[in-house]
Amino acid sequence: MTSPVSSRISFDLKTAAPFVALVVLIALGAFVHPKFLTFDNLVQNVATRTSFIAIIAIGATFVMTAGGLDLSVGSIAAFVAGVMLIYLKSGGADAGVGMIALAMGLAILVGALCGLANGLITTLGKIEPFIVTLGTMVILRSLFTYLANGGSISISPDLKDIYAPVYSGTLAGIPIPVLAVLLVAIVAAFLLYRTVFGRHVIAVGSNEEVARYSGISVNRVKLWTYVIQGVCVGIAITLYVPRLGSANSATGLFWELQAITAVVIGGTLLKGGTGRIAGTVAGAFLLEIIGNILTLSNVNVYLIGAVQGTIIIIAMLVQRSLMRKS
Amino acid sequence: MKKLMIGLAALTMAAGLGVARAEDQKLTVAVSIPAADHGWTGGVVYHAMRAAKLLEAAHPGLKIIVKTSADGASQASALEDLTTQGINALVVLPHNSDELTGPIKKVKSKGVFITVVDRALSDPKINDLYVAGNNPELGRVAGQYMKEKLGKADIVVIRGLPIVIDEERQKGFDEAIKGSDIKVLDKQFGNWSRDDAFKIMQDYLTKFPKIDAVWCQDDDMAVGVLEAIKQAKRTDVKLVIGGAGMKDMIKKVADGDAMMPVNVLYPPAMVASALEMTVSGLYDKVPVRGKYILDATLVTKENAKEFYFPDSPF
Repeated sequence: MTSPVSSRISFDLKTAAPFVALVVLIALGAFVHPKFLTFDNLVQNVATRTSFIAIIAIGATFVMTAGGLDLSVGSIAAFVAGVMLIYLKSGGADAGVGMIALAMGLAILVGALCGLANGLITTLGKIEPFIVTLGTMVILRSLFTYLANGGSISISPDLKDIYAPVYSGTLAGIPIPVLAVLLVAIVAAFLLYRTVFGRHVIAVGSNEEVARYSGISVNRVKLWTYVIQGVCVGIAITLYVPRLGSANSATGLFWELQAITAVVIGGTLLKGGTGRIAGTVAGAFLLEIIGNILTLSNVNVYLIGAVQGTIIIIAMLVQRSLMRKS
Repeated sequence: MKKLMIGLAALTMAAGLGVARAEDQKLTVAVSIPAADHGWTGGVVYHAMRAAKLLEAAHPGLKIIVKTSADGASQASALEDLTTQGINALVVLPHNSDELTGPIKKVKSKGVFITVVDRALSDPKINDLYVAGNNPELGRVAGQYMKEKLGKADIVVIRGLPIVIDEERQKGFDEAIKGSDIKVLDKQFGNWSRDDAFKIMQDYLTKFPKIDAVWCQDDDMAVGVLEAIKQAKRTDVKLVIGGAGMKDMIKKVADGDAMMPVNVLYPPAMVASALEMTVSGLYDKVPVRGKYILDATLVTKENAKEFYFPDSPF
């Protein structure tokens, strides 16, 4: 029997856990290099380059809250980038702002369609999402390689310069990709916590049978989570392409692992039923900060992986012990 | 004398019976290469297919099977499958030496001519022909240029992956700058990826207030490095040296780019050299057994045109 007050505090502690880990890590970073705590490093560099994984992980939060899994996000990312770049190239020398806007719309549409395919095969085919998305991961990666003729696809430097500010530009001093993450997170949090659809996502993830008997169309809810995931990958790619103006076979490689790790660090359970949007964003930021601190420090280059893994595990231990205490 | 006459007669008959022209002789050559998992291997696949097409057109009896594999284990299985089909020669760019030396040795035991490309096997006696770029030389040429051009400088290095190729390049570079005033501030692995190199370069620029030059031993990574420098608006970096000869970078050299005046070749087209030599060994009986090591040519504004392939994906 818990009083209302203590239950509110426990809820806060659970939500705060990934942020506590983040604060500890930032303190460590400040200790490692004097420039770590600058706006240029933490926001302009690290937060900006976290944006792709953060947005994709927000999508993954929906899929995983509903008890699903999407391994194909890295390949969707590469495929979407490929389609987008080929479309931009087709404009030749005339391509400008209008075409870039259309290309961004196209990226989101193609992402949504890839997600729709994952969702339809999973629900209608009644196949485990692990297998389905492993399949689409291989298929889409191969399609990208085909589009790129085994190499890379790039747009002209002139067109890239027009598009570049979407990654490197700022609005009121804040980098555009960071604003994009905030916007996506706010919309996602509203969708998950304040709408009927959001409650259904959580219900399906908690107990599919109970959700079905309560009259929730389980398949439709699951389908939509994959579409949301696809849309998020599309949005991430509209920020990724302007950075280098190109994509190659390394594009999106292992993004699925980073996204899933960010979601889990953020406090969303792998078995579904709880989703934490803000935690996911904190998780993505945490992963990128670890890489940043390691490059800034003087850790032996061969041992970086070992240190990285150790920090992730310690961060998880801190977070889980906080959650248990509550 | 009589025996010789009989032998000659038999030869003439055999020739008359079907192998009238050497070009029509039915032979199969297998090419086993890694899948296009980064820019350079993408170039390997492109050049292997291109050379295969040209050679098949030149020799009507020749069949070339190009097979790509995603990792060492699947390449080992692919080699078994290819051998079962019956092949006369194998041109192989192994994923790694340790895992594939055994499987390639097994192919050789079936009497197949073995050409190894780029990555040497643990047992060098297995290959009949070895074609490769010069990794230590790629590092040495870059280091030498940096030493001569800058004299005294603080530089950062972005390495590839912790494998033999990377080690050889790094060793060559280190030897070239030994005893000079070139000081290496930091070395990190960029996994031959543009995105990873971009991140590392951003962090280098945060970590060190002054960087004179960057050596990133691969052109894919140079793409990320150049973008990071541009976005940080840093003007202290005077020189970036990549390597391998990617078309975008060769074009920069040809156009006289101030930050990237040179490149060091390590062409993926070496797989085509290997295939050409193997086939001419089979058909024309020209001697090809041995080692063929390509130069790590320094590409400058003057000779850049020679190495520019606008149609290649790399």
